[in-house]
Amino acid sequence: MSDEQELDLTSLNDAELVEQMHNDLYDGLADEVAQGTNILLGRGWGPEGVLAEALVEGMRIVGVDFRDGILFVPEVLLAANAMKRGMAILRPLLAAKGAKPIGKVVIGTVKGDIHDIGKNLVGMMLEGAGFEVIDLGINTDADKFIAALEEHQPDILGMSALLTTTMPYMKTVIAALKERGIRDKYIVLVGGAPLNEEFSQAVGADAYCRDAAVASETAKRLVEARRAAA
Amino acid sequence: MARTVISSATREVVIGGDQHFVIIGERINPTGRKILAEEMKNGDFSRVERDALAQVEAGAQMLDVNAGIPLADEPAILASTIQLVQSLTDVPLSIDSSIVEALEAGLRVYQGKALVNSVTGEEDRLERVLPLIRRYGAAVVAIPNDETGISFDIDVRFAVAKMIVERALDHGIPREDVIVDPLVMPIGAAPSAGRDAFRFLARLRDELGVNTTCGASNVSFGLPNREGINGAFLTMAIASGLTSAITNPLALGVRQAVMAADVLTGNDHDAARWIRANRPVTPEGEAGPGARRVNARRGGGGASGPVG
Repeated sequence: MSDEQELDLTSLNDAELVEQMHNDLYDGLADEVAQGTNILLGRGWGPEGVLAEALVEGMRIVGVDFRDGILFVPEVLLAANAMKRGMAILRPLLAAKGAKPIGKVVIGTVKGDIHDIGKNLVGMMLEGAGFEVIDLGINTDADKFIAALEEHQPDILGMSALLTTTMPYMKTVIAALKERGIRDKYIVLVGGAPLNEEFSQAVGADAYCRDAAVASETAKRLVEARRAAA
Repeated sequence: MARTVISSATREVVIGGDQHFVIIGERINPTGRKILAEEMKNGDFSRVERDALAQVEAGAQMLDVNAGIPLADEPAILASTIQLVQSLTDVPLSIDSSIVEALEAGLRVYQGKALVNSVTGEEDRLERVLPLIRRYGAAVVAIPNDETGISFDIDVRFAVAKMIVERALDHGIPREDVIVDPLVMPIGAAPSAGRDAFRFLARLRDELGVNTTCGASNVSFGLPNREGINGAFLTMAIASGLTSAITNPLALGVRQAVMAADVLTGNDHDAARWIRANRPVTPEGEAGPGARRVNARRGGGGASGPVG
């Protein structure tokens, strides 16, 4: 942009810099987000603090404005990409400290369905919220879901479908979990354009998530509730 | 050049590269329309009636009818919806479901030669849907994905489309009764979605010799002013060979793009329809000074002639 002002991030105090990082995430400025991340670390911030205050909070703002129709899909994808750049710096530091993600999620689009934009947005918002996300992609059958659950032992299983013909497959997956006696080990979230709350209850999911922002809020809430109850 | 004829009991529509572009009205579809879904499930079809009449009034030459409602008896609802729509209007219909039983229930009650939406390249779908198409003498929309899903490689998609056409021929369904959907991806998430679609459409027309249709609203998913994108997409797609689209005729941007494209392809002969729809209206009305002379021979010629 021609009217862009050169801004020296190092000249900002911590609070101003975090605020600026929220704005840079919002505008999908990956280099600037990476630079801000490094500056905060250089000032002695821990990786958890940078993640929570700069990146997660920034993506929360993006999620809200996407939900409210202020931001659009390409902008959210750019924001998620900028967040990933920051995460790439933080991830090895978090791993070295043995920091745990706030939870783990296995997600996928169900068998017969190839729509993945919504599911990808949910995955990015969950990562932005501090979850570790294992994305099984599209056209995922029950065996593949179960194998991934057993391998990764997540807190949450997330299933997506965009077709009225493929959404009943969610019930098939949940039935397969019940059959193995592992249904209650996981929080099951479902989403996709033709779904609703009633359908979510009918197939035995724990919650229906209308959009990516709701999915991220619901995931956090249910994981916290489960931990508190344990 | 392939010419696909679709009909109701009393009216025929011809889809083809030398014909007016065919708008198949998309509105009778409860997916993502929660009120409509609830009403249809409870047997209230008042909104379907309004949607059907409004789309035909706006220039839809065909209507798509979908009854995909979660946890409902889709075959029964689809059949009743088709009977209702056929009692209200004589435009031919596209019977839209991915449940084979619903397609059959729709075909059983349909009067005329329907367009069935759709069959994929998956083996079990081909073997269940194509015999129905043959038995009822219908035409079918082919979706070029197979068991492995939908490829992002246009060459792979072309091969699947070709395979479906060949399988249809094996079942005694002529090439012109297979209309291929290029599967347009949202441009907001896949920057090559437009270029890929235009290249694919040209190959379907030139190498496979089939008509094409697509959901023309998917392309703008996640963007503001979707109508602007949809209209530009349609114009470019028509230039690349698209011959029909399942879209919203009530959107002025879409309607204008289609009518203008028909002028530019030469399919709106003498730009007659364009002029009819766009002639300046004089304050004194059609008969006053400044208006076009009225000739009883021409049966009108005013500003608001039928579209299509």
